[in-house]
Amino acid sequence: MSEIPGDLKFLKSHEWARVEDDGIVRVGISDHAQGQLGDLVYVELPEVGAAVQAGHGVAVVESVKAASDIYSPVSGEVVEVNEALADKPEIINEDAFGEGWIFAVRISDRGELDELLDADAYAELIENEDH
Amino acid sequence: MRPPSRGKVTIARGPPGARPPAHARRHAALRLGLPRSGGDNARFPQGPPAMTEKTVLNATHRALGARMVDFGGWDMPINYGSQIEEHHAVRRDAGMFDVSHMTVVDLHGPRTREFLRHLLANSVDKLKAAGKALYSCMLDEQGGVIDDLIVYFFDEAHFRLVVNAATRAKDLAWIERQAAPFGVEVKERPDFAMIAVQGPNARARVIGLLHEADRPRIEKLGRFAAAAAQGPHGMPLFVARTGYTGEDGFEIVVPNEHAVALWEALAAAGVAPCGLGARDTLRLEAGMNLYGQDMDESVSPWEAGLGWTIALDEGRDFIGRRALEAQRAAGVPRVMVGLVLDEKGVLRHGQKVLTANGEGEVLSGSFAPTLGKAVAFARIPAGEPGQVRVDIRGREVPVRVVKYPFVRDGKPCEGI
Repeated sequence: MSEIPGDLKFLKSHEWARVEDDGIVRVGISDHAQGQLGDLVYVELPEVGAAVQAGHGVAVVESVKAASDIYSPVSGEVVEVNEALADKPEIINEDAFGEGWIFAVRISDRGELDELLDADAYAELIENEDH
Repeated sequence: MRPPSRGKVTIARGPPGARPPAHARRHAALRLGLPRSGGDNARFPQGPPAMTEKTVLNATHRALGARMVDFGGWDMPINYGSQIEEHHAVRRDAGMFDVSHMTVVDLHGPRTREFLRHLLANSVDKLKAAGKALYSCMLDEQGGVIDDLIVYFFDEAHFRLVVNAATRAKDLAWIERQAAPFGVEVKERPDFAMIAVQGPNARARVIGLLHEADRPRIEKLGRFAAAAAQGPHGMPLFVARTGYTGEDGFEIVVPNEHAVALWEALAAAGVAPCGLGARDTLRLEAGMNLYGQDMDESVSPWEAGLGWTIALDEGRDFIGRRALEAQRAAGVPRVMVGLVLDEKGVLRHGQKVLTANGEGEVLSGSFAPTLGKAVAFARIPAGEPGQVRVDIRGREVPVRVVKYPFVRDGKPCEGI
């Protein structure tokens, strides 16, 4: 399992959020999550321009084993989606914290970031989940 | 990340036999869709096993980095990295599966054949030569499927059954009860492990490991036939040309103490370790039923695409026969069909199927790696179904009704 990048914030439900310049938050699922799901075969992306709310389902990923809703860690407007996943969902398996990002949101309330887990807290969460 | 909340979708479909009951699926789904609690234990009066059982290859799987899941009370590998790569290894070359969790039951006694004529819906009289095997359903009096199994013929006083792992306890109880009047001894064989070696190159890899004197004989072994042979270091093997993938290959019964050495010899011969996840997608593509998912006691073989396994031979009074004949005479209300989804998305167990004659249900459904799209079995009302749609998370998606198998000998079947 790859290292958890220290600049990421997490939901307990295994989505990560990377805060970029100018208030854009990029979202994906953790390496732990892709490992648990197994080979991904389909990603249902949101529409660019859609309004999203923190903690609500925005995208769906399907592996050979299961379908899972992806929740947005923050509220705002979807400004970009990772079109490459339409043909190659396995990018998430290969690089969950990088090229396997799913969508990006222009955040409307930066305060929501404080609600998220930091990398250490998330590492502890998945450590406990394994037992 | 959570299982989708829109519509009714079943998430945590596990590997073969690992269908938890609906309430457990819901719970399991909350943990990333993992089949945390496998098996159909909730349906059994004795409840789930107190401890997870391990096959003799457990440490071998773990050393290979397998992702392990609880499967019908057994701690089993679901994959060793990529389920899709393992699937392709079997379609294109050779892969192996630890299937030691399956239950081997030996039957002894002079009236064993007579007993099996009564117990099984297929006709054991098709087994004439020693080593021949037969696939059959074991039914209850109502014609419901208690389990599906393979029976091997050794001699008139010795047959062998291989039954599912998740149904072990109820199968043994049923078989023992039915065997008593025939004076047949029912003996479980936990001293055996089983390794399935499957794929276009599987037989050659196995034969290369056998004692030279055995090779020509095993080379000539016909489909659905088995024979004893000596493996590496002289270990005694029971080699059957059977499988659950739609590819050629062998299923090998080996004494526990030799299983690790056999596994390692196969790996050294270039056979890829494959988990139960790949086994599930392979058997679905091959059009093979999974007990607990595609049929159970609430379903007759007519409704599960298993009519071909029913032998209504003259004068044989097998358990469930009367109910089967009555159902056929009255008209079978539901049929099992194959579905192909040409759009993006995945068909999954429990999704609603909409037809001109009413609603049906997806049984086994998955992304099919050989085809690059989703396929499924579904049970729908009998009759011309019209334009069929599946409810995928609240969206009605058109699907094609097809004859299965979907894949044979590594290639998509015509019309799939």
